[in-house]
Amino acid sequence: MTHETLGYRVFRRATLSLLTLFVCAPLVVMVTTAVKPLDQVQSGFRWLPTEPTLRPFVDMWSTVPLARYFVNSVVVAVISTVLSVTVAVLAAYAVSRWRFPGRETFRLAVLSTQMFPGILFLLPLFLLFVMVDRGTGLTLVGTRTGLVITYLTFALPYAIWMLVSYFETIPRGLDDAAKVDGCGPLRLLVSVLLPAARPVIVAVSIFSFMLAWGEVLFASVLTSEQTRTVSVGLQSYASEANVYWNQVMAASLVVSAPIVVAFLLLQRHITAGMTAGAVK
Amino acid sequence: MSISADSARSGVPAAPGTGDRPAGVHGRAGRARKRHRRTPYLFLLPALALELFVHFGPMLAGLVMSCLKLTQYQLAQWWAAPWAGLGNYRVVLDLDQPVGASLFKSFLITAAVTVIVVATAWTLGVAGAVSLQRMKRGRGMLRTLFLVPYALPVFAAVITWRFLLQRDNGMLNHVLVDQLGLLPGNAFYLIGPNSFWSLCVVEIWREWPFAFLMIMAALQSIPDELYEASSMDGAGPWRQLRRITLPMIAPVNQVLILVLALRTFRDFETPYVLFGGSAPDQARLISLEIYQNSFLTFNFGLGSAMSVLLLLFLMLVTGGYLAVTRRRTLDA
Repeated sequence: MTHETLGYRVFRRATLSLLTLFVCAPLVVMVTTAVKPLDQVQSGFRWLPTEPTLRPFVDMWSTVPLARYFVNSVVVAVISTVLSVTVAVLAAYAVSRWRFPGRETFRLAVLSTQMFPGILFLLPLFLLFVMVDRGTGLTLVGTRTGLVITYLTFALPYAIWMLVSYFETIPRGLDDAAKVDGCGPLRLLVSVLLPAARPVIVAVSIFSFMLAWGEVLFASVLTSEQTRTVSVGLQSYASEANVYWNQVMAASLVVSAPIVVAFLLLQRHITAGMTAGAVK
Repeated sequence: MSISADSARSGVPAAPGTGDRPAGVHGRAGRARKRHRRTPYLFLLPALALELFVHFGPMLAGLVMSCLKLTQYQLAQWWAAPWAGLGNYRVVLDLDQPVGASLFKSFLITAAVTVIVVATAWTLGVAGAVSLQRMKRGRGMLRTLFLVPYALPVFAAVITWRFLLQRDNGMLNHVLVDQLGLLPGNAFYLIGPNSFWSLCVVEIWREWPFAFLMIMAALQSIPDELYEASSMDGAGPWRQLRRITLPMIAPVNQVLILVLALRTFRDFETPYVLFGGSAPDQARLISLEIYQNSFLTFNFGLGSAMSVLLLLFLMLVTGGYLAVTRRRTLDA
């Protein structure tokens, strides 16, 4: 097509090489450090381990209670993902299929929450949780329930936005046909819209799971030692007197790999929603 | 969207013009209409309740708390804490006092980090996307690789950076001192003046893939014919970049730059994980400053006042930015 000048080709190659180096350096450090024995990590940096070992992957479970953190993270992320996708589907259904007073206000309000700095409502939320505890006996501070409730809302703006735009593309002819058959609004949603929206629902779920899995600020304040998630727990390796960097890297790899792979496999679906809003 | 189209879509009978119906039919239709009107709100209810409980309720409470003398002793009954009026705001904004001076310093640092990170992340995003634009082999692979920093959980990515920036056993000093000989001796990156640049680099590493992603999407919507026509006219790749590519991605830049700036400005997690809880003065972003003022010194009234000011600032900047960029797009 276009003839490429020499200068342009050099620019292109150089850019791609530098970016690849920049992106890969920490990833390489992470992977190679995870298979080094501790004395090699503590005696100056080396790119490659002289005697690769898988011991860090074994030891990391006993240095800090990683298994407990892991279970906490899985429980919190799975439950909050399932609930937040459900809540988002219901809201998106209302916004896409009905015109009602307050519709635009709702959409804008939900979008605007993305602008709020987390620090703004961290403390009030903490105190609100304490009040709920006193009033109802439902403990929200230091429990996984409190974290689930908090994370539930984090994915809502993106999830509702994406689901609404997808629902809008599903032809209303399907709705009408179902209505003629006597479907109520809920049946219509479950048996007509949801099956059609499966790809978006998967994408939204991954996104929501990623948010819950990686969140640090609220997890650091709202969890106790018993309910700590990996996002905060991973730092306990570093606060030990002896920093087990090889185990930190091994643990980081193990807790990130599934989510990174899921994201990369589904990247087209997930990123479609993020870019659609801006490109339109 | 016209009213009749809306009601046809939602199944609500058109409101006007039903006066001549028999009373019975009218009553039943009225009931059905009422139920129909309630339906969307029922579906909205869970989302609404959650947003109120987690976002808007606490925001209002935070506004109240910013006007209270609130320390850890009054937390159980925070609403009964003594009223401070605008006293907290006066302390926070007083540059002659340590609290105000420190907040102002972290504000300046945050602004500087934001400008550097947004400019660099955007440049790298454009460079990466444009370089991949017409590549045939290996394009998908590089795209996937470039997205890894975005997909990686923050804590895992940043803790890796924390390791490679260690003075004695870190990768950076090994490369700069031992392998390239650029520095005479090992330098500190996580304390002192270098910590500012360390923070910038880590933020850029995490943020540029987002810019890359958005610009890739924008490039895909540029029709090939534009490039074909211009190369018929003899335009080289540089001219095409300047005359076609950059103007065509301008609308995306508006949102992209705003999102990047907001994310960086209010970031808490990167410095928190990178410096292990308390950041050095040179790299203390404003969210971390507020966090330290609230949870380490237990002065919650001051912390709340700072948070409210931060939100006001972000709203003002966002509003101003959107107003200016909208006008510019309309003029063009």
